[in-house]
Amino acid sequence: MSAAEWRRAMNTGASRHAWARTTTVPAAATIVPARALSAETRIAALIGHIRPRHILVLLTVLVYPWLVNSFFAFQIGGQALALGLIALSLTFLGGYGGMVSLAQMSVAGVASYMVAIFGIAGAAQGGASSLGWPWWLAVIVALVIATAFATLVGWLSVRTEGIYTIMITLAIGVSFYYLAQQNYSIFGGHEGFNQVYAPTVLGIDFREPIPYYYLALFWALAGYFFIKYLLRAPFGAALQGVRDNPRRMNALGFNVTAHRVATYAVAGVLAVIGGVLMVWYNNRVSPGSASTEMMLNILIIAVMGGMKHPIGAFLGAIVFVLVQNFAIDIIARERFNLVIGAAFLSIVLFSPDGLLGLWSYFRGRVLALGAQSKTRIAGGG
Amino acid sequence: MRSSRARRLICWIAIGVPLAAFVLWAIGDNAKQFFSTLLNGITLAALYFLVASGFTLIFGLMRNVNLAHGSLYLFGAYIGWIVGDATDNWFLAVGVGFVSAALVGLLLQVSIFRFMQGQELRQTLVTIGISIVLADLMLWWFGGEIYSFDPPRAIYKSIPMWVVQRYPTYRIVVLGVAIVIGLALWWFLNRSRIGMMIRAGVDDRDMLAASGVNVQRVFAITFAVGAGLAGFAGVIGGSALSISPGEDTRYLLASLVVVIVGGMGSITGAAVGALLIGLAEQFGLAYAPTYGIVFTFLIMVLVLAFRPTGLLGRRTA
Repeated sequence: MSAAEWRRAMNTGASRHAWARTTTVPAAATIVPARALSAETRIAALIGHIRPRHILVLLTVLVYPWLVNSFFAFQIGGQALALGLIALSLTFLGGYGGMVSLAQMSVAGVASYMVAIFGIAGAAQGGASSLGWPWWLAVIVALVIATAFATLVGWLSVRTEGIYTIMITLAIGVSFYYLAQQNYSIFGGHEGFNQVYAPTVLGIDFREPIPYYYLALFWALAGYFFIKYLLRAPFGAALQGVRDNPRRMNALGFNVTAHRVATYAVAGVLAVIGGVLMVWYNNRVSPGSASTEMMLNILIIAVMGGMKHPIGAFLGAIVFVLVQNFAIDIIARERFNLVIGAAFLSIVLFSPDGLLGLWSYFRGRVLALGAQSKTRIAGGG
Repeated sequence: MRSSRARRLICWIAIGVPLAAFVLWAIGDNAKQFFSTLLNGITLAALYFLVASGFTLIFGLMRNVNLAHGSLYLFGAYIGWIVGDATDNWFLAVGVGFVSAALVGLLLQVSIFRFMQGQELRQTLVTIGISIVLADLMLWWFGGEIYSFDPPRAIYKSIPMWVVQRYPTYRIVVLGVAIVIGLALWWFLNRSRIGMMIRAGVDDRDMLAASGVNVQRVFAITFAVGAGLAGFAGVIGGSALSISPGEDTRYLLASLVVVIVGGMGSITGAAVGALLIGLAEQFGLAYAPTYGIVFTFLIMVLVLAFRPTGLLGRRTA
């Protein structure tokens, strides 16, 4: 269902790229067969890229729910994957597109609301009622509307750059929060919608912890590999070019504005899937689902994990969810914000690349130490 | 030249005619409601201006989006409340609100932001972190209760007025304070020596440093004044409404929208933006209760669509 969206988004990027190539580099014809030829070698290269740690991580996430109790499978695993997916959309936008948008959680919130409004939900306060459509139809409608919202946010905020983008997306996100809170006829006001349940498909009840975990895992992996692929595809390459030097990309014949808006749309699709997962996780949606706090949480997750690589989003989400659930053991539960805020602050102050930055720093140190001791041994012997 | 004038005319007509029609209808329908909403809008705008002027001052000079501005507002309000409660002197509370927030601002600038000059994104992320920590510390200390001030009786009554009949004196006082602060800021920026340095710094920071001015000191002063204005507004606004957790986000949003609409870094822009947003909010609340915020949002969208740098913002390279 969302594959069509993705393909379209990619195709527009790719065709624009191809068009740019034909206009700037006349030798485009020779490039195309070269790419076609390399299909087999590309697969070989892909297999060659797989390291033992990749297989280890994949196996771990696959068997994980069977090794732990349902609390860890659902509250920790499922929630981290859903939040990670939303944070991934921010990593894609911010880390690779250079546009830090705080409204990603609002996009997810719109998706959550749409699932509740069009699908089946309990009666809400103040006369708002859901339309009771079948779940798949509601999800499709949510996808379309929330992606349109993400594109609108993009269209508005690409007029500005850098810190202005943060301000504008923050303002848009908080506006949505207040709208959802004040509006009773559509959004159900302060209470929002309750009893929004994940569907039962082919006899599998996705409300159960393990099926939910696998559902979230499937979309998280799909999102992760999609972003990994997209970053190496012409669309992603051009995006990084736009991030690093928009004027030059413009001179090369790229429509920088359209490329940025398209990036918002693509990132929006990821956030929408995350939003649908979140509403099925919480079984409810209220203005609090898209509050300033939640918007900042997504930023915290993405920055804490590290925006230099897509895996950072999930890493940050795991740490975030663990702290959220176990802050009670470190310090009083109500002080969760203090713990996470202080952690965020120290990461931003001391390790701008987040946990991934720390990882590569220590890895570099260990490798350097290893090399040093090796040369010392070689020198000594 | 002519076509741009024609476009401007079309623009004015497109906005002005429906607006005039609405005003005429509203006055005919219920003059009292219209004028009291108008007054509410203007006085709310005064409060927004007080908060946003500090925000825009800091941004204009340092290119630092201080997203902890709302926390400074709340901090000043709480400290002011403590002092007001202990001494029963509201004017002292206002002063302490200003000074305490200014000190926090000064501390932030000297201990953190000084070391990340030019790293705009990182500074912004740091201010987000600070706002989260500050908000939680204040929630810890003051709890979730709602506090309210006890201003002098003389300004807490209502005064008789034309059409509206009676109107709270305090709101008029807020309006007066905002005008005075606005004029004082104008004087400070345009007539005083420090203001001259600040304006020079906004235009060209490096050149200012090269001509022998201690730029760090100018930055520290600006940050202190901007933060102090937030704390000052905290006590003023806290007296008009009340203080509770969550107000920080509300006033941060208000300053963001005001500054986006008015133009970043411009005091006059902040005044214009505050007026637009305050009026839009109050009229939205009175005439379309559950969609009030949509008007604010629409104004922002329209301004961004046609003037990305804000109504009075300068086009930067």
